[in-house]
Amino acid sequence: MLELRKEIFADERDDNLSEIGQPTQRQDMLGHVTGTSAFYDDHRFAGLLHLKVLRSPHAHARIRSIDDSAAARAPGVKRIIRAVDVPVNLNTLLSLIQFGKDDEPSLASDVVRYKGEPVLGMVATSERAALEALRLVRVAYDPLPAVFDVEEAIKPGAPSVNATYAKNTFEYYGKYDHQNLRFGDVEAGFAQADVVLEDRYQMSPIEHAPTETNGSIAVPDTNGRFIVHTSTQALFFSLDTAAKINAIPSNQLHFIGGTVGGGFGGKVDTMTEPLAVLAARLTGAPVRYRLSRHEEMQFGSPRGGERIYIKDGVMRDGRIVARHVRCYFDSGAYTRLSSYAAVKCAAHIPGPYTIPNVGAEVYCVFTNRTPATAMRGFGVTALDFALECQMDKLAHAIGMDPVEFRILNAYRDGDMKAHRREAKNCALVECAQVAAEKANWPIRDEFRRMSSRSGGGAARTGGADRTRAPAPQAAPAPAAQPQRVTYERPAAPQPASAPAPTPPPRSTQPAPPPPRPSAPATTPGSSHGARRFSSVFGTRRR
Amino acid sequence: MAKHRGRGVATINYPIGMNLGGDPSQALVHSNPTGKFSVALSSIDLGQGMKSVTRQIAAETLGVPVEDVYVDTADSDTGPHCMGSFASRGTHRVGNAVMAAAREARGVMMEAAAEELEVDPGDLETDGRGSIHVKGAPHRSIAVRDVAIAAQFKQGRTISGRGIFLVPLSDVDPETGEMSPATCYAHACLIAEVEVDDETGDVAVLKMTSAYEIGRALNPKLVEQQLVGGAWMGMSHALYETPEPYYPDTRDGPRDFNEYLMPGPGDLCPHDIAVLERPAPDGPFGGKGPGEMCANPVLPAVANAIFAAVGVRINDLPITPEKVLRAIKARGATAAGR
Amino acid sequence: MKTPVQFRLNGEDVAAFAEAGANLLDVLRAAIGDLSVKGGCWQGTCGTCTVLIDGVPRLSCMTLAETINGRSVETAAGLRNGADLHPLQNAFMERFAAQCGYCTPGMLMAAKALLDRNPSPSREDVVDALGGNICRCTGYEPIIQAVLDAASGGARRA
Repeated sequence: MLELRKEIFADERDDNLSEIGQPTQRQDMLGHVTGTSAFYDDHRFAGLLHLKVLRSPHAHARIRSIDDSAAARAPGVKRIIRAVDVPVNLNTLLSLIQFGKDDEPSLASDVVRYKGEPVLGMVATSERAALEALRLVRVAYDPLPAVFDVEEAIKPGAPSVNATYAKNTFEYYGKYDHQNLRFGDVEAGFAQADVVLEDRYQMSPIEHAPTETNGSIAVPDTNGRFIVHTSTQALFFSLDTAAKINAIPSNQLHFIGGTVGGGFGGKVDTMTEPLAVLAARLTGAPVRYRLSRHEEMQFGSPRGGERIYIKDGVMRDGRIVARHVRCYFDSGAYTRLSSYAAVKCAAHIPGPYTIPNVGAEVYCVFTNRTPATAMRGFGVTALDFALECQMDKLAHAIGMDPVEFRILNAYRDGDMKAHRREAKNCALVECAQVAAEKANWPIRDEFRRMSSRSGGGAARTGGADRTRAPAPQAAPAPAAQPQRVTYERPAAPQPASAPAPTPPPRSTQPAPPPPRPSAPATTPGSSHGARRFSSVFGTRRR
Repeated sequence: MAKHRGRGVATINYPIGMNLGGDPSQALVHSNPTGKFSVALSSIDLGQGMKSVTRQIAAETLGVPVEDVYVDTADSDTGPHCMGSFASRGTHRVGNAVMAAAREARGVMMEAAAEELEVDPGDLETDGRGSIHVKGAPHRSIAVRDVAIAAQFKQGRTISGRGIFLVPLSDVDPETGEMSPATCYAHACLIAEVEVDDETGDVAVLKMTSAYEIGRALNPKLVEQQLVGGAWMGMSHALYETPEPYYPDTRDGPRDFNEYLMPGPGDLCPHDIAVLERPAPDGPFGGKGPGEMCANPVLPAVANAIFAAVGVRINDLPITPEKVLRAIKARGATAAGR
Repeated sequence: MKTPVQFRLNGEDVAAFAEAGANLLDVLRAAIGDLSVKGGCWQGTCGTCTVLIDGVPRLSCMTLAETINGRSVETAAGLRNGADLHPLQNAFMERFAAQCGYCTPGMLMAAKALLDRNPSPSREDVVDALGGNICRCTGYEPIIQAVLDAASGGARRA
């Protein structure tokens, strides 16, 4: 059930529109319900060949030798693709926009760095023939020590996963092994806090599980071009990556897609197109490379498992005065897109709240597992889980209602965010108010009256607008030492027969607005133009 | 042994687009000789409704009925460059590009109409039903179809437009993290109610109540699709899914949908949604993007609700019955030990 | 070695040569050209490839093509009657019960099997009938509602 709350922010909208806002039927719906929407595999080609890859059984090993002589004679085999056949056998996705170094081969040549890494390609007249031929390939491996835990991976002496980043961390700006965020004085904030709370959170890896697995069909076209039907989420990413790896001009490739059976981030990595194009070039025939469900689940890149440590300082009146976050993105064996997610994560800290003192270090760490990639909420989902669990614990620690606690600390128009941009167009307060109202979650009148449009920026320093919320009463004398809290619930569980769940006890302290963050010192040269470190280029721009 | 209920809340925001390489998208719009419009994109529709939302944006901007617009996605020979469908960027970035292209095409269309009606283009307006007329004088009108025919066969004009949306490149300060990561943010608050069985550790989500602020609901049905499906995915992330059940140990990874768990049609709960619209100054008609953020508040809201129900904090996802049961037992042991 | 296979597909006689061990999914798509049937896992765990064999929902990826000689197969391509959509197709459209659309043909066939044998199903019946079909986009609720709508409105149209 969905209702549009048009009365909220009505004065900021012109609702006099014809087509916008209408519940118009989807352009593709008739195709979907008649089974006529054409996905990449809904194209038939005479003489279609099938590509399957041999995958490493080891998480980390040196390849001593590969014997594919028996496989070459197997029925239906048209071509074996070896690492030496790949024209440019080292790439990183974001190299197209000059972010990061090439670190991932299409086919491993000397070392495999995760279980399931492609080692050799088999092109045959059917998937079955290709799979049966792959069983005849003999690879001799020398297993190497592997590392799977992000914090183990960054310890001195840990096995080095990826020679391009020998210390197992992505390199930022040519000098850091992490992305920094510094705002205010986080240690001073903790010293001032009544309660300091620290905890550790672990996001699980997640499989995107689109009902259509990754795949593509490369078809030789006239004039030496290749048509590629693909399930990609990013047409030109995939086209340019396939052109780079095949060392051919991009205009030799004609990519067709656009109707995709779900993606959720799992179809950005261009996992099949480069080798499908190469196979079509080497055989002169149309070639399909489609991941099986097992491959998609274990060797198609997942959402990575982020580990997050949060330390917060909060006053008894409800104001969060300091937040520090340390976050490790498990990138798996290669970079793909995790390097960027770490930057996006840093920008998201400290969440949608105005906190005067914030610090963070976000690491992109290499381990011997399937490379991770983007997924719905990339860089943010795990952090939101950690932050919002932490917010709940903070509210309980100081005895404040968790919705009121969030409204109190919510960012508002005019506030300065930790990444040093002014907050605008905020609406967190209103979302909390509406959800609480719909769920019959009681919040006090003064919290019901608060607005994202007032109380932020200059108003936080006091002055005229200070009357908006009750003036802060004398807070309880702070403890000489900040209290350390390991959260444990005081009350016993309530049986389900109890009436509707009651929110936790409210603070008896009227809540003042959060303090204005100390204005950040303007870093010389940090305005546009002078210093040219870029989230994208990672290095100095010309 | 009993079942316990509890409620938990989470509030979140989400950056729209990714500001990577300026995060550009382009669009081309043109009319055929009888006044029907095509939008050519290389952007992908993977279910989120890219074709449909850009169709409405084009129709609104051109001032023609939505039936007169067709969106063609993802052909690299005809569709101009787009970064791709991710980062909740489609509605905002591609929508803006389509708007720009449609605005340019509309300009030519109005000039061609003005020439036919022998008036100034500035005196004309579209009626959204397929005609163009003089402001305040609806009888002095011409059908878009006739304008297109005149432009093609008489005036020699191309009713077409090009559009690009590009965000100024954001530098990141390596020391402080100062940057412009996004141009606008969507918001949400979600309250989850759960029931926890303290004998089995099983968690059932009973109800979700939410408020999502998304700039403008360009098509409320498409928004509903995202929010309902996204919240389901959030519940799935919170309680069921992972390809590595013993992470960071890699053993026993699921290989199929019997081993990879997700809630099925029998595991759903009512979800009561409110949509708020605070238009983004740089969004197409204020639109942001609901797609990526909608799962995010569910994970912590469910975790917090489990705490409210049985008093245990699970900090590691997914929150399996085993973890809940172990935590309840550990808590009982601690209490008994005192 | 190829084996001739003859059966009825959506009311028409069809024939094809199937590779030894080929499944019905591959024969329908590659040999006969019915692309409305989609493969999702090729291992019998997602329901995407659901077709009706003699009216019973079956996973075409797990059905040996040779075993359907002389039998009747229904797929989503045969749901509509000329220009008229099946009540389930109309209901799926009205409820916006598809996003990417990839699981939709299998969902429709699982639902059709239910309505063919039980024109007035309860919500539990619908949930039960769809329990073997995975959808990653919609959260299932619109699909359940569409099937219930088709059950009540379909009787009127039929």
